[in-house]
Amino acid sequence: MSEAIDMTGAVQRQAAGEALQVLTFDLQGETFALDAGVVREVIDLTAETRVPGAAPFVEAVINFRGRVIPLADLRLAFGMARGEPTLDSRIVVIEFELKGGDATLVGLRADKVHEVTLLPLADTEAPPSVGLRWRADFIRCLAKRGGELVIVPDLSQIFATRGGASGTVVPFAQAQISI
Amino acid sequence: MASVLTVDDSPSIRQAIKIALGGAGHEVVEAQDGADGVAKANAGAFSLIITDLNMPVMDGLTMIRQLRAQPAYAGVPILFLTTESDDGIKAQAKAAGATGWVTKPFQPDQLVRIVNKVLAA
Amino acid sequence: MSTTDPVAIFRQEAQDLLEQIEQGLLDLAHRPADRDLVDAVFRGLHTLKGSGAMFGFDALAAFTHHCEGAFDKVRRGEAPASAELVAAVLAAQDHMRALAEGREASETEGAALLARLHAAVEGGQQAPAAATPAETTWRVRFSFPADALANGTRPLPLIDELREMGACEVRALTDQVPPLAELAPAECRLGWEVVVTTAQSRAAIEDVFIFVIDDMQLEIEAVGPEGEAAPEPQAAAAAVPQAYAPAATDVASEAASSARTARQGESVRVPAERLDELMDRVGELVIAQSRLKQVAAGSIDPNLRSVSEEIERLAAELRDTMMVVRMVPVSQLFGRFRRLIHDLSRETGKVIELVTDGEATELDKTVIERLADPLVHMIRNAADHGLETPEQRQAAGKPAAGRITLSARQSGAEVWISIADDGRGIDRARVRAKAEENGLIAPDAVLGDSELLQLIFHPGFSTAQTITNLSGRGVGMDVVKRTIEGLRGTMDMTSEPGQGSVITLRIPLTLAIIDGLLVRVSGDRYVIPLAAVEECVELSIEQDLRSAGRHLINLRGQLVPFIRLRELFDTGAPPDPHQKVVVVSTGAERVGLVVDQILGDHQTVIKSLSTLHADVETFSGATILGDGGVALILDVPHLVAAGQRQDAHLRVAS
Repeated sequence: MSEAIDMTGAVQRQAAGEALQVLTFDLQGETFALDAGVVREVIDLTAETRVPGAAPFVEAVINFRGRVIPLADLRLAFGMARGEPTLDSRIVVIEFELKGGDATLVGLRADKVHEVTLLPLADTEAPPSVGLRWRADFIRCLAKRGGELVIVPDLSQIFATRGGASGTVVPFAQAQISI
Repeated sequence: MASVLTVDDSPSIRQAIKIALGGAGHEVVEAQDGADGVAKANAGAFSLIITDLNMPVMDGLTMIRQLRAQPAYAGVPILFLTTESDDGIKAQAKAAGATGWVTKPFQPDQLVRIVNKVLAA
Repeated sequence: MSTTDPVAIFRQEAQDLLEQIEQGLLDLAHRPADRDLVDAVFRGLHTLKGSGAMFGFDALAAFTHHCEGAFDKVRRGEAPASAELVAAVLAAQDHMRALAEGREASETEGAALLARLHAAVEGGQQAPAAATPAETTWRVRFSFPADALANGTRPLPLIDELREMGACEVRALTDQVPPLAELAPAECRLGWEVVVTTAQSRAAIEDVFIFVIDDMQLEIEAVGPEGEAAPEPQAAAAAVPQAYAPAATDVASEAASSARTARQGESVRVPAERLDELMDRVGELVIAQSRLKQVAAGSIDPNLRSVSEEIERLAAELRDTMMVVRMVPVSQLFGRFRRLIHDLSRETGKVIELVTDGEATELDKTVIERLADPLVHMIRNAADHGLETPEQRQAAGKPAAGRITLSARQSGAEVWISIADDGRGIDRARVRAKAEENGLIAPDAVLGDSELLQLIFHPGFSTAQTITNLSGRGVGMDVVKRTIEGLRGTMDMTSEPGQGSVITLRIPLTLAIIDGLLVRVSGDRYVIPLAAVEECVELSIEQDLRSAGRHLINLRGQLVPFIRLRELFDTGAPPDPHQKVVVVSTGAERVGLVVDQILGDHQTVIKSLSTLHADVETFSGATILGDGGVALILDVPHLVAAGQRQDAHLRVAS
């Protein structure tokens, strides 16, 4: 029911007809979308080196074309279980400007990567302030596509908080939003 | 289409000359001072040399004299760059063996015209 | 991204020229009779003017023209390079810099600067002519000998030049042309008459023909409006080119040129991004070469092995060269401060002497850029708060001139830079009072001396009673400290009341290719900088058991604390049967690091960890191994500190 959704986050609404080019991927059953502009490459899983003492969100580093880049796990930011890698597992390498810093290359875990598509902004909405399973400030907006929910994460906020420090999220309420 | 050597310690002037003459179909090689100019002139075969006079290491007049003393460059046209406040420099340059001059600042098409005329000899 | 836009190139060039001119002027202040310096400053101004005019920086060219003119007078011996002249041109630097950057520059300020300049050069130069000079009409008649064309004379460009001087009427004189039957096309039988109206002088018209004057006939006469000869006008208001003694200048400029050779040398301008790329390529080459080495080691082919060795040698040489390419001497940085001290002296009214030491010490180029602002701030602090006035100093039995000493030296894998002043030292009581006032410490808190001094680096702290123009622009010492830490460096301060203070910065050589010791801890590999490694010993089972709870080993009579990296890194795996201890040191303190296996020496490029891992202090970076895997590089000082904490913890516990 749309009444349950707080529409004040209308800042996400762009002029009708505009769309965002996104790369979508699956993570533990949910679908995420990233601005295609920040995606540099999608690579197969590769040897990971643990960084003792690092925040669990960026627990490891990998060798990406001769550079040592952090491997970030969005599953921790969204309170998901850590599944086992499968044949479809990939790493999405993005180049992202961290708050107050320089553009950094970061690898994101993904269970399965889909193609780059256009996401009409008319189909997106701000995350509701109640009833959401995840931290609202980690979500830039939500979208629906073919009956499915697509999450556009707020990478800036997620990285700034290192995925929420402890890495686990207490669900606010059991009620799910229906779209 | 000729091979031109431009000698100037100012990178922006060299670039401007390169663009102007390059755009007119000439091949332009750069040197950053008189000594570099002599070296590059000897390493190549240029139809025209354009040089500044005020340069470190070796100035333009010395370079012109050295080049004129060599058979390969005794007859090659050498133009020098000068501002209108350069008193009496033209007489000195002529004595050194320069063929003519170009006043600074110059417009690119002016330079191209002068160079084409000199080369047409 | 390299640029081919001449205007962009000029902007950079202008900055370089202004810096050169400034250095020359500062030197000239000490050695006013040095002709080479005068010539160098003149040449810099001349080039700045010429190139500026070329690319549309007319205001800059016009302004610089006057400075150049003033220095031309000095060059010709018509005026001395007085302190006032040097100061006047120095004062104009900022104005010229603003013009070169295309920023707004106040016209009144410009006029004031020029007035000061003119006053400094006795007799002054003429102000730029405001009115349009009067124009004169000239009749120019010229002709060439018959063989002129064959000899390369080109009449048409000459006519074009006359056209450029003003309105022209050109008429060919055909009276010498023979009938068609006798006409030889290669012969020049034409003459020309050009009536030109121009503001330029007669000498300028003569100049057009200067290169061909020996082989031609030339007549120039001034003409009135009716076309009749008129008396030539008096010297016009516009500048008239003077005859100039050639020989003396030639010799002088040559001498100056060779003197400058030592200073400038041969150099090539390379965009910094290109150096970064080159550095990355070299890094990758080193990695690939180490893989090749592994392959060759496993092969019986002697050719493969010898090629691999050859490439190893070449890669090592390339690596060494690359390390040097990005490193620049700190003299670049220190040089900028001379002007700062000069200005500070004048502003504070104190006599300040700048002494530098270790200018040849080299640092990575990017690090130097980031150090500039913090150092400026610290020097201003020293001048503003540290140093006393000449009277105060003399009353204290010190020389009237306060001294600020900048020094740099390399120490292991770091560069140490210190800023020292021989002023009044830090007033502990005032620091204490200010800290309490700002709520940083409780009134009865007990603090050691170094802890007290550390408060100065705390945000929200300032001992200045008034925020002076010099130091108080919101750039506190806390920002300085953060910048230094951002470079993975450390800073500390010592101070003697009445004698002065010293701030020491320790900056690691970040983009180095290091020699490290590769070790294995459980399933992971780590690199320990070889520079910090003292020795490696076996950890016998007995020692291991005996020291349970104590974490100390007896190394030739000395007790050395050790850390089991397996535990520190929480690997969760059981230890290898024969563990090794790598004894590392940070100068005075030593710690043993217990690892499962020592894999050998390893040289490679340090890759920095991203900001997301900046808070992990135990590692100073990472490196890529021959098999493509990643090994983290241990930060020895932090490990030593961690080891000491652990030790103290245990001591308390037991």
